[in-house]
Amino acid sequence: MIAPIKPDLVTVNVDGREIAVPKGTNMIEAARLAGVDVPHFCYHPKLTVSGNCRMCLVETGVPAVDPATKAPVIDPGTGRQKINWSPRPAIACATNASPGLHIRTTTPLVKDCREGVMEFLLVNHPLDCPICDQAGECKLQEQATGYGRGTSRYIEEKNVKPKRTQLGSRVTLDDERCILCSRCIRFCREIAHDDVLGFVDRGSHSTLTCYPGRSLENNYSLNTVDICPVGALTSTDFRFKMRVWFLKQTDSIDTESSAGVNTVVWSREGVIHRITPRRNDEVNDTWMADSGRIAYKAVRSEGRLTAARVAGRDGSTGEALAAAAELFREGGVAVVGSGRSSVEEQFLTRRLAESLKARAWLVSRVGQSDKLLVSADRNPNVRGALVTGLVGELPQKTLGELSAAIDSGAVRTVVSVGEDLLCAGISLVQLGRVKVVYLGTHRDATSEAARIVLPALTVFEKAGSFVNQQFRIQKFAAAVPGPAGVQDDLETLSALIRAAGGPDLPSAVGPLWAVMAPQVPALGAVQHGTIPATGLLLDSSPWAGLPFVEGESLHHKPAR
Amino acid sequence: MPAERRIIFEHIDQPGYTPDLDCYVRHGGYAALRKAVACKPEDLVSEVKRSGLRGRGGAGFPCGVKWTLLDRRSGKPIYLIVNADESEPGTFKDRYIIHQDPHQLIEGIMITCFANTVKQAYIYIRGEFPEGAKILERAIAEARAAGLAGPNILGTGYSCEIYVHRGAGAYICGEETGLIESLEGKRPYPRIKPPYFPAVLGLYQCPTIVNNVETLCHVKHIVSMGGDAFARIGTPNNTGTRIFCVSGQVQRPGTYEFEVGKITMGQLLYEVCGGPLPGRKFKAVIPGGSSAKVLRFGEHYKGKRRAGAEMVDYDWALEDVPLDFDSLALVGSMGGSGGVIVMDDSASMVEALGNLNAFYAHESCGQCTPCREGSLWMKRITARMVSGEGRAEDGELLKSVADQIAGRTICAFGEACAWPTQSFVQKFAAEFRGYPEARKSAGPSAAPLV
Repeated sequence: MIAPIKPDLVTVNVDGREIAVPKGTNMIEAARLAGVDVPHFCYHPKLTVSGNCRMCLVETGVPAVDPATKAPVIDPGTGRQKINWSPRPAIACATNASPGLHIRTTTPLVKDCREGVMEFLLVNHPLDCPICDQAGECKLQEQATGYGRGTSRYIEEKNVKPKRTQLGSRVTLDDERCILCSRCIRFCREIAHDDVLGFVDRGSHSTLTCYPGRSLENNYSLNTVDICPVGALTSTDFRFKMRVWFLKQTDSIDTESSAGVNTVVWSREGVIHRITPRRNDEVNDTWMADSGRIAYKAVRSEGRLTAARVAGRDGSTGEALAAAAELFREGGVAVVGSGRSSVEEQFLTRRLAESLKARAWLVSRVGQSDKLLVSADRNPNVRGALVTGLVGELPQKTLGELSAAIDSGAVRTVVSVGEDLLCAGISLVQLGRVKVVYLGTHRDATSEAARIVLPALTVFEKAGSFVNQQFRIQKFAAAVPGPAGVQDDLETLSALIRAAGGPDLPSAVGPLWAVMAPQVPALGAVQHGTIPATGLLLDSSPWAGLPFVEGESLHHKPAR
Repeated sequence: MPAERRIIFEHIDQPGYTPDLDCYVRHGGYAALRKAVACKPEDLVSEVKRSGLRGRGGAGFPCGVKWTLLDRRSGKPIYLIVNADESEPGTFKDRYIIHQDPHQLIEGIMITCFANTVKQAYIYIRGEFPEGAKILERAIAEARAAGLAGPNILGTGYSCEIYVHRGAGAYICGEETGLIESLEGKRPYPRIKPPYFPAVLGLYQCPTIVNNVETLCHVKHIVSMGGDAFARIGTPNNTGTRIFCVSGQVQRPGTYEFEVGKITMGQLLYEVCGGPLPGRKFKAVIPGGSSAKVLRFGEHYKGKRRAGAEMVDYDWALEDVPLDFDSLALVGSMGGSGGVIVMDDSASMVEALGNLNAFYAHESCGQCTPCREGSLWMKRITARMVSGEGRAEDGELLKSVADQIAGRTICAFGEACAWPTQSFVQKFAAEFRGYPEARKSAGPSAAPLV
């Protein structure tokens, strides 16, 4: 691991507490480091400072120096350097840490500023929180409670603005709720590089809208919903479906590419309602693509495999495993692993191949990189397959050698861990010639042709880890239970290993790691329990020479 | 009666004086530019500093100091922006200069550009001045053809282009950083200072001077007469002449040019402008454009002020207040843009404030919460009072809303929209308290407010 570069530190003073922060840190972040919350709406740590909401007004002061001699002026009362406090409050978001800078956040002036801003933000706000979809995760609601006066002096008519503008196919806008913080505008301009949002009209009549003839269609549009501090921008998919306080949050990883975007899966009573990004400053900041947010729909989609099948008939898992054991004894087996399997599954797949003395293959999925958070490698875990030793080289789009081995009769049985072989260049004729043992979540050509089908779980129903394009190992947890009767993939794989005459390996993540880590050099001393929520970089040097398909993207510079 | 001292307005309204180049040159025009290009640029800057010229746009910032704040080491081009947005209500001097004597402005611009090694200057003229823009375009073409602007000015090898850019009708475009955003083609949202001081990060993130039309005209005269001579006009720290734009309920409204500080409010309104209309008495005056705090007739101001090196006592009635930057600041208002708005005893202060509040609510850019919401709220309160639905406590509410705006926004619009309300309510508290009752007995309002 490379030691982080130590930034220049400066000492600032927040409400009397001295704290050393990197030079240039803005005072909202500096206060946060000092344990002081400075309320704000328009400031977002990953966007440029706009300074418009005025909620983060604080008092600032600088150490007094004699103008002539530049010597510090000492306050005789305290014996310390005198502080020249500015009579005018300043916004903490646009005030950067400089040596000796003092801020006060608890004075009557600051309290009055916050009460004033809160009152202003609410005078034209609908105040219909009980029917607003943002209730429960609304910054306006929270800060009105925390910093507002609690009563209103406003008796005039409120502004009337458009209530449900479709900004794009996935985002709906209620302009009356908008507090004009411009976070969404800045996001589109600065992060998504799709400058489509802006304000029209002026003053309190300012209205958020798309540029004429344009709409908010980029694959990151739903991030505007995430960062909207109020109920103005809502997800057309999620709005008015569920109250957020009923939802359970589970940390997960987006599987749409090797970027390894950190996510939160929101579920209630075993049903997933939405996926949002989880902040990881080394991977995805606070963003994720829209395409990754609908992945949960596969959980309850048509064609889900929920029962084991043997030779076209439903059967028990036991029957299926016994039938597999019989096939394995006939020899001539090949194993097709998956870049979508977890590290743990890939390790067991490798052990299965070893037990069968079979060669293991991997199928690639390559698309266009969007240079942001959808990388060219659409498998989330090709590096996991390298790290665990499942394969030694990068996967190919089609399994040409396997195809030849099937034609020559050398391979008579194929175990596929979640890969539709038809998509991997194996023809229907070839599928008819071999006996397939298929672990899969959904019905496809391979499940139809398979001799033995073992139902598997989606990423939302199981736990494990993936290694992303940076060689960062990241954990995910089970958000919802799998369909009744479907056992965990690790259990199925370890049962298949036993069926192949291999050892009895643990089928729970924790105990499995105790066995796996010593056999996987890149994991070294890593223990599953100690991987932080933001992941851990592994030593990638053994694979430095491989021609990985990913290009440059957010927080990823390929080594060339 | 103090005599007018017409320097900027020397030829304004003179019979036979036309805005073309020939006429200007016949009257001695461009002699100052010829003199300037023979000087070293830094000497011109020190000349302007010595003159003590303060900006005539509103803030009264020393012009020479502004120029020396320019970041000259960045290697980036330096721009000059001429603020001809003249949008402060009550102000109508720059338009006279542009319409009747455009070459005076162009000469001031060229000298300023030469002094600051500027290669491109922009005249940002308010959208409501289409004729002014045409006149300026014509004048620039004439100056270019005569080698007084554009390439190789007066054969010196120095080149500088002037472009006219029309605004689209927004008060906020008079705020220098809002103006810069607008000139860059964006919404005129004023920028956060620091870091976006125009002298360092102005137009296209380059060092930029933003000067008012009248200020730049003064530069021409400073070069003609010398900085020290200019500094002897007016009073110390308030040098030169300035143009007062008198409007409202007074016998002879109009533009008048006087030495700064050499005339009092009383002299201006009673002697120069002929006093109140028949049968009326003066009630209040806004001395420096609509955002300046209102002054009430009958008020007295006492304290100590600096006169040269020493401090002296002052005890002024409103009529005694000298019209200079420092004295008007002492009495709690400002010289601002020189727009003197007069109200007599027939004016309702509630209705007058309602008019101003309607203006500011319409002109708030909408960027900062306090100004955006507060200006409209204040407008709605005064509009409700005028419509007959007022409450005795509305004055206090107005003041409290204004107090939550001033000093808490990105640009000075926060103060501009809060100061009228703060001062009207504070100085006419009884009128605001009594207005709702009085309004009820008066019957329907004659003319609805804007």
